[in-house]
Amino acid sequence: MKFSENWLRELVEIKADRAALAHALTMAGLEVEELTPLGENLSGVVVAEIIAAEKHPEADRLQVCKVNAGSGEPLQIVCGAPNARVGIKVPLAMVGANLPGGIAIKAAKLRGVESFGMLCSAKELGIDNDASGLLELPQDAPVGQPLATYLGLPDASIELKLTPNRPDCLGLVGLAHDVAALFGSAVKVPAQADAPVTGAGHRGIRLEAGADAPRYLGRIIEGIDPAARTPLWLAERLRRAGLRPISAVVDVTNYVMLELGQPLHAFDNDTLEGDIVVRHARNGETLKLLDGSEAKLDSGFLLIADDKKGLAVAGVMGGYDSRVTDATLNIFLESAHFAPAAIMGRARKLGMHTDASHRFERGVDPELPRRALERATELLLAIAGGNAGPVLVAENPADLPKPAAVTLRRARLRRVLGVEVADAEVARIFTALGMRVETIAEGWRITAPSSRFDIEREEDLIEEVARIYGYDNIPTTTPAGALALAAEPEARLNELAVREQMAARGYYEAVNLAFVSQVLLQTWGLEADLVPLANPLSADLAVMRPSLLPGLIEALSHNRARQQERVRLFELGRVFHQNGFLHKDPAIHGGTPQQSGDAPVETPSLAIVASGNARAEQWGEAARPSDFFDIKGDLDALIAWGGEPQRWSVHADGLPAWLHPGRGARVARDGQTVGYLGALHPQLAKALDLGPDVHVLEVALEPLLGRRLPKAQPVPRFPAVRRDIAVDVPEQVSWSQIEQAVRNSLGAALVELRLFDRYSGKGVEAGRKSLAMGLILQDASRTLTDDDADRCVRNAVSALEAACEAKLRG
Amino acid sequence: MDDLDSRATQALVEIDKADTLDALDALRVGLLGKSGVVTAALKALGALSPDERKARGAEVNRVKERLADALAARKQTLEQAELDRRLASEKLDISMPGRDGERGGIHPITRALERIAAIFARLGYQRADGPEIEDDWHNFEALNFPPHHPARAMHDTFYFGDGRLLRTHTSPVQIRSMKGRQPPIRIIAPGKVYRSDSDQTHSPMFHQIEGLLVDETSSFADLKGTLAEFIRAFFERDFEMRFRPSYFPFTEPSAEVDIRWDAEDGSTRWLEVLGCGMVHPNVLQNCGIDPERYTGFAFGLGVERFAMLRYGVSDLRAFFENDLRFLKQFA
Repeated sequence: MKFSENWLRELVEIKADRAALAHALTMAGLEVEELTPLGENLSGVVVAEIIAAEKHPEADRLQVCKVNAGSGEPLQIVCGAPNARVGIKVPLAMVGANLPGGIAIKAAKLRGVESFGMLCSAKELGIDNDASGLLELPQDAPVGQPLATYLGLPDASIELKLTPNRPDCLGLVGLAHDVAALFGSAVKVPAQADAPVTGAGHRGIRLEAGADAPRYLGRIIEGIDPAARTPLWLAERLRRAGLRPISAVVDVTNYVMLELGQPLHAFDNDTLEGDIVVRHARNGETLKLLDGSEAKLDSGFLLIADDKKGLAVAGVMGGYDSRVTDATLNIFLESAHFAPAAIMGRARKLGMHTDASHRFERGVDPELPRRALERATELLLAIAGGNAGPVLVAENPADLPKPAAVTLRRARLRRVLGVEVADAEVARIFTALGMRVETIAEGWRITAPSSRFDIEREEDLIEEVARIYGYDNIPTTTPAGALALAAEPEARLNELAVREQMAARGYYEAVNLAFVSQVLLQTWGLEADLVPLANPLSADLAVMRPSLLPGLIEALSHNRARQQERVRLFELGRVFHQNGFLHKDPAIHGGTPQQSGDAPVETPSLAIVASGNARAEQWGEAARPSDFFDIKGDLDALIAWGGEPQRWSVHADGLPAWLHPGRGARVARDGQTVGYLGALHPQLAKALDLGPDVHVLEVALEPLLGRRLPKAQPVPRFPAVRRDIAVDVPEQVSWSQIEQAVRNSLGAALVELRLFDRYSGKGVEAGRKSLAMGLILQDASRTLTDDDADRCVRNAVSALEAACEAKLRG
Repeated sequence: MDDLDSRATQALVEIDKADTLDALDALRVGLLGKSGVVTAALKALGALSPDERKARGAEVNRVKERLADALAARKQTLEQAELDRRLASEKLDISMPGRDGERGGIHPITRALERIAAIFARLGYQRADGPEIEDDWHNFEALNFPPHHPARAMHDTFYFGDGRLLRTHTSPVQIRSMKGRQPPIRIIAPGKVYRSDSDQTHSPMFHQIEGLLVDETSSFADLKGTLAEFIRAFFERDFEMRFRPSYFPFTEPSAEVDIRWDAEDGSTRWLEVLGCGMVHPNVLQNCGIDPERYTGFAFGLGVERFAMLRYGVSDLRAFFENDLRFLKQFA
C-alpha cells in the first residue's frame, strides 16, 4: 500500500513530523517499507509559460525560449528539452533556486546566449523519475504560482508492507482511523453526501451466488465527456500512490479504491445486454480480460455476467469487451461486496494479482459499497459530467458478515501480555479504533466496525491493545514456568559429535541444496524410488536427492577446478525415497496419522568424499594417494565412537552400480544394509571427469548415532601373551574369513587379533598372499603359560588350514 | 713427601688438561686406583711411627681429597661438555610443520545453528525434529492458515504430485511436538526449510530454528525477555532492540524483532532478525492443549541471517557453494 503523506494528513490530524509518523506506523504493525520524499527544495520554482521559442544560433539541440513567469518582463531561457514549445506551461527554476539534485541555478551563457533560469523535467525537480522532457503542466496552471503550492509539495510517497490481517488499511480512510488511535487525534473525513440523481438509467441485478456475493450495487451514468481530463490534484495522488493516470473514469475508480479501500469497476454500459447477473462461472467458461489474456474459468470463480455473456471475473479483473474506452459515453459503475473465501486464490489461479483481488481476498468492509459508489459518482460528475441514475441495489442481508461482540477479560489480557494495562487506557484504545466498548464485570464487550475483518476473538482484541499500547511499553521478564526436562539419552551420540569427528579427521562440512537434476541422477544410475517436485525452480533442481553423493561430488569437482587437488568434504542431510531406503528413522517417521501411508521416506545420512593424497602434502613421509582403506578407516573411526564395532560388518556383494565392483563395500549393522563405501565406478568417474583417486562413503546417520552405554568390567589381573603367526592363503580368501576362523578356534582366550602385514609376490606362490597377524591371548583367571599359548597357536593354525587352505609360513 | 706433592701438582695440571672421560678415568686410576700413587702413599704410612703417621696421613689425605675434588670437577665439566655436544647434535628445526596436524571444519551454518541451539538448551529447551516433506495440515492448516489464505502466498511452496509439500518453515515441528503431550513444553527445532524463490538474497533451501514454550504462566513479556536474552547471548553484546507488531496466522499477538545493527561503513539501521508471538489458541486446540489453562510463545529465526551477521558473510549464496576457500575460514 503506497500513498501520499499529504493526502493522509488531510484525512487525519497527525501531531508528528514525517520521521515520527513513519516510526509510529512501523511500531503499530503497519511497517513502512519505503519512504520517498518528493519535491524538496522547490523554492524559486514557479509555473511558467513558454511564449516564444527559437532555434539556438550555435546549437541544433537547444532552443532559446521567452518565458512568462508572471514577473513582468519575459525571461530568456536556453532549453534543450525536445518538448519545449510555445504555449505549454512548465516549471521554471529561477535564478537563485537550488534544485533537489544539488543544482544551483545561476544566470549563465549557453553557447554564447544568455539564460536566466532552467525549465525542468519531473526528475530534475525530484517529483518523479520522468526525465524525457519538460514536465508539462495543465493549461489552467496559474503562471507565476510557486510550483510547490500548485502541486501540493513537498510530499512523500510512503509504502507500507501491510500484513494480510489488515485489509482495512488498504484504503486511506481506514489507515487514518489507525493513525488517529496512535496519535490520539481525530479523523477528518466528511460524511458522504448522495450525488444528485438526474438520470434514469436502470438495469436489473440478480444475485445467484449466495453468500459468496451478498451485496452488489450499480449505477448508470449517462452522457459523460469522454475527453474529460483527470484534474492535476487527483492525478498527483494516484502517481504518488504508484498508479499511472489513465483516463477520467479509470482514475476515479482507482482513486476511490485508494481512498476508501473499495475496489470499483466501470463497464461501458452500451456493451451490456439485459440484467447484471452475479453467478459462479461454469466449468470451462472463458473470458477475455482487460489485460488481453484469456481466463479459463471453473465453478470456483465468481463471474459478473449479463443475460448473454460474461463481463468480469468478480473481484479480480474486468472483461475486455465491456471495458471503458476513450469513446465511452455511458458507464455502469459496479461497487460490490464479495466474501473473501470466494476470491481467495482465484487471481493466483489465473496467474495474476490485482489491486482488487488483493483487497477482496483479505476482506473489504461490506458497508463500503454504497459510500464508494456515491463518492465515485460525485467525483465523476465533477470531472466528466453526465447524468447519474439511481443507485441500483441487490443484496441478501442475511448473508452479509455481521460484526459480533467479542469479550475481552481483564485477567486474560494481563496473563497474555504480562502487563497490567489500565482500564481507562483499554477503553480509550478500542474507542479510538472505532470500536464500540461495553464494560462488563470481567472486562469488556467489544464490537468492531464492519471494516475490521480481523476482530473475531479475544486474542484479536489483546493484540489491538498491545499494538496501540505499544510493544515497547510491555516489560521484559524471564519465564518462570515449570520445566519438564526429559533425560538426554546417553546411548545416543548427537549429530554435532559426528560432525566434529569428521572435522577432526580433516574433512570440511559442505551444505548442498536438497534437490538435484534428473540428468545427474541418471549418470549415477540412481533412478529408482525418486521423489520429484511438481513445481521445481529449474530442471537442475527438480528431484529430491536420493543420495548426498552426487551433490557432494559436484562440490568436490567445483573445488578441484579451483586449484584444490586434495579435497575432503562431508555432509549431513536427508535423502529422499519414494518407498523406503536404507533405514527408516523413527525420529522422523514417528507414525502420526498424517505421516503414515505412502509418504516418501527421508533418511538422515552422512556422506564423505575424498580425493588426492591420503595426507596433506608434507615432508616427513612419502606421499601416497588415498585409497579404499583410508575411507574405511574413517568409517571404522565413526563406528568405534559408538562402542559396538561387533554389530557392524562390510560386504563385497550387493553393491550399487556407482561403486567400483572390486573396490566397493556394502556396510551393514546387525546384518541390515545401512550404507556403502569405496571407489567410484571407473565409468562414472570418467563421466564426471574424475580420476581413480575419488573415494566415497554414504551411510545412514541414525545407526551411527547408536552408542553403547558402558558397563564396567574388572580390569584383567593377569598379563596378556602375544604370539605372531604368518600364513599364506589363496588370494580370494578374505581377511574376515581368516578372522572368523581364528576367533572360532580360540574363543574367549583371544582378546585381540591384529593384522600387521600383507604381502604377495616374490617368495609367495602366485595366486596366494601372505598375512601376518598378532594373537593377543589372555585368561581372566590365571597367567597363560608358554604351553597354553603354543596350544592356541596350533589350534588357530589348524583351523586356518582347514577353513582357509592356509599354510603356516616358516 | 715432596715427591707426592710435586706429583699431585703435576696431576692437577693433567686433570685439567684431560679432554675425554676415558683419559680422566686413566688419571684417576693412576692416582687413586689400587696401585695409584696416592694409594701407594697411604700404604706407605704403615711403615711410619705413630706420630709421623698421623702428620703424614693427614697430608696424604689432603692431597687425596684435592685430587678427588679435581677429578670430580673435571668429570662434571667433561660430562657437561659431552651432553652439550649431544644436545647440539640433536637440535631440531622446530619451525618445520608437525605431522598430520591438518584438520577440517564445520560449516558456518552448522556453527551458528549449534550455537543458537546450545543457548536455548541452557534454558531448558529440548531439540525436536520433523519431516522436511510435510503435509498441508502440519505446514499450514494446523498452524491456522486456512486454504487459499493470502498468508499462504507469503510462503512460496514446493509441492509434490500427491499434494505433499516441502515444509516452508520449521513451525510444523510445533504441531508434532505438542501433539500427544501436555505442557510444560520447551522445544527448539532447527532444520532445513524450502521456498521456491531463488535470487541474490533468497535460497530455495535455507535453515530455520523454531522455538516453542508452553506452560501455565508464560506471557508476551516473557517472550520479550527470552529473546532479548538470546540475542545478547548469541552476539555477546547488547543491542538496541524493538518488537514490532506483525502477523503470523499461528501466533497472536505477533511480532517481528529488529536489532539496531552497526554496519562496517559506520551506518546504522534496523535489521529484522526474528518473528515471534504468543501461540494462537487455535494452534493449541489443534494439538489437544487447553488454551484457557496454558499459554505459550513461539519464535522462528533464519540461521543464515544470524551466521551472516555473526561471521560477516555478505553473500548468502556462499553458504551453498561449498568452496573450500570459504569453508576454511570457519575451521
